[in-house]
Amino acid sequence: MLIIQQLVNGLMLGGVYVMVAVAFTLIIGMLNFLNFTIPALFMFAAVLMYATMMGQLPFGNDLILSIFGTEYRWVAGIIIALVVIALVSLVIERFTYRYMKAKYGDATEHALPLVSSLGFLIIFEHLVVSTWGSDPLTATSPFGQGTFSIDTIIFSVPQIVSLVLSLVVVVALSVMLKATKLGRALRAIAERPDTAILMGVEVSRIVPVVYVITGLLCAVSGILFTINYATVDAYVGDTVATVAIAGMVLGGLGNVWGAIIGGLFIGMLEVMSIYIVGADFAKVPIWGLLLILLVFKPTGLFGHTLIGKGKF
Amino acid sequence: MSGYIEAQLIILCLSIIYAYGIFLPAASGQLNLGAAGFITLGAYASAWFNASTGAELPMWLSIPLAMIFTGVIAFAISFPILRTRGVYMVLATFAFAEVVSGVAINLEFVGGAAGFPVDGHTDVTVIVPVTIGVILFSFYFMSTRLGLSLRSIHDDESVATLFGVNVRTSKVVAFTVGAMLMSLGGSLYGHHYNYIEAQTFNVLLSIYILLYVLMGGTQTAWGPLIGAAFFAIVPETLREIAESAGLKWLAEGRFILFGVFIVLLMVFRPEGVMTRTLQDRLGGGLFRRKKTAVEETGGGA
Repeated sequence: MLIIQQLVNGLMLGGVYVMVAVAFTLIIGMLNFLNFTIPALFMFAAVLMYATMMGQLPFGNDLILSIFGTEYRWVAGIIIALVVIALVSLVIERFTYRYMKAKYGDATEHALPLVSSLGFLIIFEHLVVSTWGSDPLTATSPFGQGTFSIDTIIFSVPQIVSLVLSLVVVVALSVMLKATKLGRALRAIAERPDTAILMGVEVSRIVPVVYVITGLLCAVSGILFTINYATVDAYVGDTVATVAIAGMVLGGLGNVWGAIIGGLFIGMLEVMSIYIVGADFAKVPIWGLLLILLVFKPTGLFGHTLIGKGKF
Repeated sequence: MSGYIEAQLIILCLSIIYAYGIFLPAASGQLNLGAAGFITLGAYASAWFNASTGAELPMWLSIPLAMIFTGVIAFAISFPILRTRGVYMVLATFAFAEVVSGVAINLEFVGGAAGFPVDGHTDVTVIVPVTIGVILFSFYFMSTRLGLSLRSIHDDESVATLFGVNVRTSKVVAFTVGAMLMSLGGSLYGHHYNYIEAQTFNVLLSIYILLYVLMGGTQTAWGPLIGAAFFAIVPETLREIAESAGLKWLAEGRFILFGVFIVLLMVFRPEGVMTRTLQDRLGGGLFRRKKTAVEETGGGA
């Protein structure tokens, strides 16, 4: 029974990783770079959610309190986090993708947005540290300890909600990629940006959309993280992103469904290995497996990718 | 020399050594996000060769042995890792570093998760000359035929192949020698602070070292020097200035300013601070190759 309980917990934890892994995989598949602003956006959304719920924003706390009252401040938190992250994503797009071309042929050209995104990671982490301090911030969950149990296995309501929500968001996203005009344009850009321009795809207007989508994915998952685990700090994004990257690699770079399965699998693996062999040892098999996978089968476990074929 | 300046100088020196370790593969366009892995290997190997519980060798022997040890491992993994390119290589080296740190934490004979006390001590009188040696070596390395091959691979791999450059050999050598330099840096770190734990060498360290190199520029051997010096000096100086001017918010938020600077630098100088064009304009580099007669007369017209 304990094992099944651990599996359930792992699945819940995987729900958090899924959306971050999908955000990574979208940017890599589409624009071919490892976006380190994703951990920053995740963390920033989580901290904004905390700050709004606990009345710790630098300004505007009273206004929010008078509109929403203490009961519904979490609604304000969700709105503020989503809006701020969407705006921030647009700014980040200006300073990463727009300028990603070097003047001359340069093998490290793809590193330019990587470096800018690392710059943004530094900015956001220190913005949070200098505003809220580097100690862990603890929020009180608006939903209390809502749990129910089937037999002896305990399910926590907010965690189930977040797992279901993340699956819904991601399924909607993959339907969008497959069926809509925007999705077709996105896949065209992933295939080859120059040709996409020739085919009449407005790359400079669509890429910001990708940034906003990935930003919102991170924001939703950050908000859910605050509600579920109640404790956030300036570096929570790094930890989550490292695991999410592992999930993404497992599923194949650029493969949305792969990222979902990979994220859930890694969440379960993490919980199970902490339960069985301890947290430290779990790193070796996970990353060893990923290293082998990257070198010999970079398409991941599932082979076929929806976007970003032929990038390696 | 005051203790504070000495401490800063050592951080600067170690950063420079690490940066050159990442620079050598980056000079051929290979991004290595696994710096922490090679530093861990060097630090632990040298500490074990030196320790009374280990091989009990003197330091002047343990550090080179650690470099050879790391070099052999880097050589072995360079073949599979160099199969990948671009973002895949970034991820593969990152995964390698995670594996190394996971193994180091679980090896009980080097202290495991509790960390490993290191016996032999090095101080600033050793670290500074070694750093200068590393800088000179890197400048020399980049001026050799192999260095030229690396530059040509960096600019265009297919053309380099067409001109008879052995691409794989060049990449493997750059990767291995770079790993050995990082191992040297890691050993010096261990022997200076006399205590190492795998958690110190984390992802953030790898990221920062890669940033030194990419911000300084991968085109010339000046790049890592400028990048590392910039990273070590600017935030500290900002703090000093802000504190003496009584600007508390600037002292606390100096890294925000620093991050903004990184972003803007990539907008205005995407090839890094130091490029070949700038080097020529400033009057050429160390160990510069002599211009041929044709170049001197402007094409022999």
